[in-house]
Amino acid sequence: MSGVDPDRWEVVIGLEVHAELATRTKLFSSATAEFGGEPNTHVDPLTLGLPGSLPVLNVQAVELAIRVGLALNCTVQRSVFARKNYFYPDQPKNYQISQFDLPINADGWLELPSGQVVGIERAHLEEDTGKSTHVGGGGRIHDAQYSLVDLNRAGVPLLEIVGRPDLRDAEGARAYVSELRAVLVAVGASDGKMEEGSLRVDCNVSVRPRGAEELGTRCEIKNINSLRSLGRAIDYEAARQVDLITAGERVVQETRHWNEDDGRTHTLRSKEEADDYRYFPDPDLVELDPDPEWVERIRSSLPMLPAQRRHRLAERSGAAGDAVALVVERGLDDLCLAAIDAGADPARTLTHAEHNLADDRAQELDPAAFAALVRMETDGALTATQAKTVLAELVASGGDPAAIAAERGFEAMDTSELEGMVDGIIAANPDEWQRYCDGDAKITGFFVGQVMQATGGKADGKAVTALLAARRG
Amino acid sequence: MDDSGNRAPGSRIGTEEVAKVAALARLRLGDDELERFTHQLADILDHAADIEALDLDGVEPMAHPVRVVNVLRDDTPGEPLDRAEVLAQAPAAEDGQFRVPPVLGEAP
Repeated sequence: MSGVDPDRWEVVIGLEVHAELATRTKLFSSATAEFGGEPNTHVDPLTLGLPGSLPVLNVQAVELAIRVGLALNCTVQRSVFARKNYFYPDQPKNYQISQFDLPINADGWLELPSGQVVGIERAHLEEDTGKSTHVGGGGRIHDAQYSLVDLNRAGVPLLEIVGRPDLRDAEGARAYVSELRAVLVAVGASDGKMEEGSLRVDCNVSVRPRGAEELGTRCEIKNINSLRSLGRAIDYEAARQVDLITAGERVVQETRHWNEDDGRTHTLRSKEEADDYRYFPDPDLVELDPDPEWVERIRSSLPMLPAQRRHRLAERSGAAGDAVALVVERGLDDLCLAAIDAGADPARTLTHAEHNLADDRAQELDPAAFAALVRMETDGALTATQAKTVLAELVASGGDPAAIAAERGFEAMDTSELEGMVDGIIAANPDEWQRYCDGDAKITGFFVGQVMQATGGKADGKAVTALLAARRG
Repeated sequence: MDDSGNRAPGSRIGTEEVAKVAALARLRLGDDELERFTHQLADILDHAADIEALDLDGVEPMAHPVRVVNVLRDDTPGEPLDRAEVLAQAPAAEDGQFRVPPVLGEAP
């Protein structure tokens, strides 16, 4: 299978993300919503679909759904719960309670670190299902002898976030999911753990000739368990569809299953036959119509979101792009801003945060000490290499940067001392010096290396380079 | 609605459509039942048509007959059911789980 030629084909991607909301109990009953547990110990009459049991909506699930909706710039509106009818043993009621024509959150958007804005069609509340394990036939569904059902997860609140088909490649899709995850975690709605299934991604992919207006037939890919799988599944599926069309065949609208082991998508079922869920308003539940005061109270309690933090840091540091995105992702923006406030050079501050503060403990760094270190460096008291060493020690054990530098013998070299040393090295290496004077740029490194060796790494490489240039005249 | 030929003149639903709805609900209907339920469903649809004939511009659709909104409960865990008691009511159980016939295909 060939890759997709971007000059000829455009890939169109829309993602549906299911996020488990971080409540203590289920969406419509008081059974615990905790992850895991011994099978079938988190069950109550409603989870089991026992006759006479009635659903009552969890206020915290609503609160979290609204938090996410507001963070995604959605309109929070009157909503209705509907029954989505289908038969499957992981939900004994034989319907899933979801929201259909009136979702709690509608029409929002999410801004990615690249600056791209992705539309959000809706973000609605629904119940999760239980887990089934297929026994016999090597665990494959179609050969199974029987299935075992654990209903602990059935009824756990989910928010299904439906994105518009605004994404165009695997990289953008991964950036979208990771930004969405950052937002969910920031507002306290979800722990965002893809590996525990707290965040699940279904991916709609279609292709069309570049320049075409009409969308191609799409396939929905399920069973994507990581950002890496998401990228691989999109690339595979887009290439598969282009190959089909190129061969004169057509893409069939269907649900496909991503197989991590063989790196392919496989047919699960065709869409037309299964999609008749006979939705209707659930008569056991009344409308949800959040009071505007409640919504405003939630809005004012939201923390600063990743996009806002990126804008703030870019504005105050003068930096842009990947550095800012990475620093915010690592949660180091408050630290950097405090250091800049304390007089640290913004560019050096950001450079350190981007390259030298990957350690988890970096968030605990004292901003005043960080600022002092950056100032020592920009004042010429420390070289870039020395500053990096001191910073690593500050992160590991705290302390005062000046004291750490002194302890390590990182003292600024006197300029005249450095000049004498450079002159001596020039005199001892006349051939190399001639090549330098003849314009051989590569030989610069030789002289810097000689000076470093002579000073035990204490010299500032930039100062040496400047001195050499001055001597050449 | 399809324009199936199995529909009585003027009727809003035919046996074919009723058979499809029955299949979606996993109901097996005999020929006489199919006939009977088609009539009953047609009557219900006729009643809905009477309402549809009214001038309802500006009337909000109701999702529920009772004008009550926002019935909510606190997020406080309650007592779970006893697993042994729960599983004892199932036709089959194994390893603390419900044992069910093999499932064809994945959940929607």
